[in-house]
Amino acid sequence: MAKKKFSERAVVLRHFLHEQREVFRGEKLSIAGLIIVGIFMVLAIVGPHIVPYGPYEAIVDEWGLVPDNKAPSTKHWFGLTRFGYDVFSQTIASSRTAVIVGLISAVMVVFVGANLGLLSGYFGGWLDEFIMRITDIAYGIPFLPMAIVLMTLLGRGISNVIIVVVALFWRTTTRVIRAQVLTIKERPFIQAARVAGASDLRIIYRHIAPNVLPMAFLYVALAVGWAVIAEASISFLGFGDPDSISWGQMIHYVFAAQMFRQAWWWFLPPGLCIVLLVMSAFWIGLAYEKVVNPRLKIE
Amino acid sequence: MMMKQFGLDQPKLTQYLIYMRNLFTGEFGISIRTNQKVIEMLSGKLWNTLFMMGSAMFLALILGVIVGTVLAWKRGSGIDTGGIAVFLALRSAPEFWLGMILLVIFGYSLQWFPIGLMLTPGTHYTGFFDKYFSWDFIHHLVLPVFTMTIFYLATPMLVTRNSILDILHEDFIEMAHAKGLSDGRIMFRYALRNALLPVVTIAPLMLGFAIGGQVLLEKVFSWPGMGRELVEAVNSMDYPVVQAAFLFLGAIVIIGNFLADVLYSYLDPRVKVG
Repeated sequence: MAKKKFSERAVVLRHFLHEQREVFRGEKLSIAGLIIVGIFMVLAIVGPHIVPYGPYEAIVDEWGLVPDNKAPSTKHWFGLTRFGYDVFSQTIASSRTAVIVGLISAVMVVFVGANLGLLSGYFGGWLDEFIMRITDIAYGIPFLPMAIVLMTLLGRGISNVIIVVVALFWRTTTRVIRAQVLTIKERPFIQAARVAGASDLRIIYRHIAPNVLPMAFLYVALAVGWAVIAEASISFLGFGDPDSISWGQMIHYVFAAQMFRQAWWWFLPPGLCIVLLVMSAFWIGLAYEKVVNPRLKIE
Repeated sequence: MMMKQFGLDQPKLTQYLIYMRNLFTGEFGISIRTNQKVIEMLSGKLWNTLFMMGSAMFLALILGVIVGTVLAWKRGSGIDTGGIAVFLALRSAPEFWLGMILLVIFGYSLQWFPIGLMLTPGTHYTGFFDKYFSWDFIHHLVLPVFTMTIFYLATPMLVTRNSILDILHEDFIEMAHAKGLSDGRIMFRYALRNALLPVVTIAPLMLGFAIGGQVLLEKVFSWPGMGRELVEAVNSMDYPVVQAAFLFLGAIVIIGNFLADVLYSYLDPRVKVG
């Protein structure tokens, strides 16, 4: 086979992007989801640079004192925490943690899960049995207790949270993709490719994989939601990274200070941000769900 | 000396076999933090967790199925879109945050419900039934169970709704329409029975996530259960308790999965266990 030229690859990429745009055509909710996630991504990149204060920056007033627990004012749009930190800055800076954990975990979860599903579904036999048994074992493990134990072993840090999320969430994607592969495998065009002499690997990645892509993208969208909530839950319990700030950690501090009764300005913004991000990711997934399950379009 | 007492001078394989033997006899070791036998510390907490989680899961499944059926009935209308939107928003929220909001509204502001713990401190109970079936217990149970229920409602609701929408294309539904049966009757008497199977399938998955929710809400509501023990043990590096608590929580998931499998094979005669 001749090597692909750069211009040929560029055409494939443009075709792929046009296909994705077709998925979103007319789906107002999913486009709204894309916009909101886009805003969060922008905040993640530039946020920590444009906020007035650092997340853990002590704010000293003109008397040299550290004010605490102040309600929202013109100077501090979301008010102050019990320890004198600016809630608005913390909220914006946390979007970086959420986006990093969410996106990286989601992509890795689906990468691992989809590949295992492809291999398991296509080859069958003992490989299939082996992977399915491991998936069954993974299904039996409750996420949060295992995450707590793993965080104890690995120590704190964002990369450890990502490892924990990936280690436990790949299971759903594997089963679902494998089921899809099993149906695609029997289709005539796969038989034709085999007759034409295509190797196994080529059939998997050149012919089957593009057909499971919509399902994979759906699970990326779902996995972003799972990962963000998982990170928030781990941080809320107190196992978050002390060097960085995240929405779950903010809620952890509110609870530790027992100030959620009075300081509504402190604990509402992080929760609302989580709701917004998770729902937007799910709305994006809805567009791919319509591709995967066309019957839903008619209703 | 200490190493000999805990068997730490034996080869690793022997230590592992001793650990497995101890597990089967219920010997979980001694807590590093409180110097109590672990089994004594944890034996009371298991029922606390089971009651809270069990009630919530039960309600979430039943209410989820009912709401899902109603939404399938009114498909395409404002109730349908609105219902899905509301429960998805609740599902997207962090569960502990929802718990804190409900705690502020119903516990602190309105003072309808207590703000935490399982029983009023200082009260004395004579036995198992007296403790867990008293009004005090139920009064404390409402807020945590309510939080968990509205959070987990979305999953069975969506599954039931989609399942019924699939079934509505079947012939026997058309037959029922032709016979002149009302919409509601068709929904609840005919369609729902066949739509329940996928719900039984997802119930074990819900259970796995519900354990996580249980751990979080036990912290928010200071509920003395297995989840709170796990978190406290991890914070104080009390490894025997961590192992035992994790074992209990994992066992709940596995036993729940097994029961769901058995229930599924009972409901669907085409499937046999094993």
